Amino acid sequence: MAQSSTDRIEKKVVLRAPRARVWRALTDWKEFGQWFGVIMAGPFTPGARLKGKITHKGYEDAPFEITIERMEPERLFSYRWHPYAHDLKVDYSAEPTTLVVFELQESGEGTLLTVVESGFDRIPLARRAEAYRMNDQGWAEQMKSIERHVAQGR
Amino acid sequence: MSPRGAEARTRSVRLRASAPVFAALGDATRLRLVTRLGTNGPLSIARLTAGTDVTRQAVTKHLHVLADAGLARGARRGRERLWKLEPAPLEEARRCLDLISQQWDEALARLKAAVER
Repeated sequence: MAQSSTDRIEKKVVLRAPRARVWRALTDWKEFGQWFGVIMAGPFTPGARLKGKITHKGYEDAPFEITIERMEPERLFSYRWHPYAHDLKVDYSAEPTTLVVFELQESGEGTLLTVVESGFDRIPLARRAEAYRMNDQGWAEQMKSIERHVAQGR
Repeated sequence: MSPRGAEARTRSVRLRASAPVFAALGDATRLRLVTRLGTNGPLSIARLTAGTDVTRQAVTKHLHVLADAGLARGARRGRERLWKLEPAPLEEARRCLDLISQQWDEALARLKAAVER
C-alpha cells in the first residue's frame, strides 16, 4: 500500500562535512545526545533498546527510549520510538512506534542528509493533525484535498 | 522558570488537549462527515446521508462523537437540525504535528552546527 502524505515528515539538509563525520555525529551515542538534546544510556548497536534523559528544560522527566533498527556505516541509520511521549502519566509502550531513518548521500558541498519519520498514520494522536494541515488557501481548499485523500480508500 | 521551559510545558499541554480531537477523527466515516461539513456545511442529517451507504442512525452517532470532541455543532432550524463544523479544535490539532516538524528543524540545525564546526 502506498504511503499517504499524512504518514511522514521528511527533512533534507546539506551538511558541509564529510559523510564519515556526519555518521559519527548520528551514531556515536554521546555525540547524538549532544545535538539531539538527550543523555543516552549506552552505545548504539542494531537491536539495542536504549533509554535516555532529555536535557531540554521542561522535558527532563519525560520518558525517552529508542530501539535501534539498522546501521549501515556512512549510509543509513534508523531507530523506532514513540513520538510525543512526554506525559509521565501515560504508558506509551502499547502504542505503535514511528520509524526514524537517516540517510546519508555524497553531495558536492559535503553530505546530503535525509531524515524521514514515518508511521504517523497508525498513531491516533498524530495522524489527524497532518490531515488537517491548513494553508493560506483556506479551509474549503484544504477540505477538498482531505476529501481526495479519504476517497483514495483509507 | 525559563522561557524555554514554559514553552515546552505549553506544548505538552496542547498535545494532550488535542488528543480527543485526534481520536474523534480516527475514523473514515467521521473524517468524511467533517470534510462534507467543511465544504458544504451547515447540513442536515438527511443531506449528509444522501448518496452514501451509511445509515441515518450511524451518521447521527458519528455526529455526536464529533460534537463531544467540540468539532461539530447541531442547531435547530425550522423542522430540522443543521450541523456545522467548529474549525478551532482542528486548527489546534493540526498545529501538533507542526510541532514535531519544528522540533526536527531545531535538532537538525544543532547537528549542522556540530559537524560543520
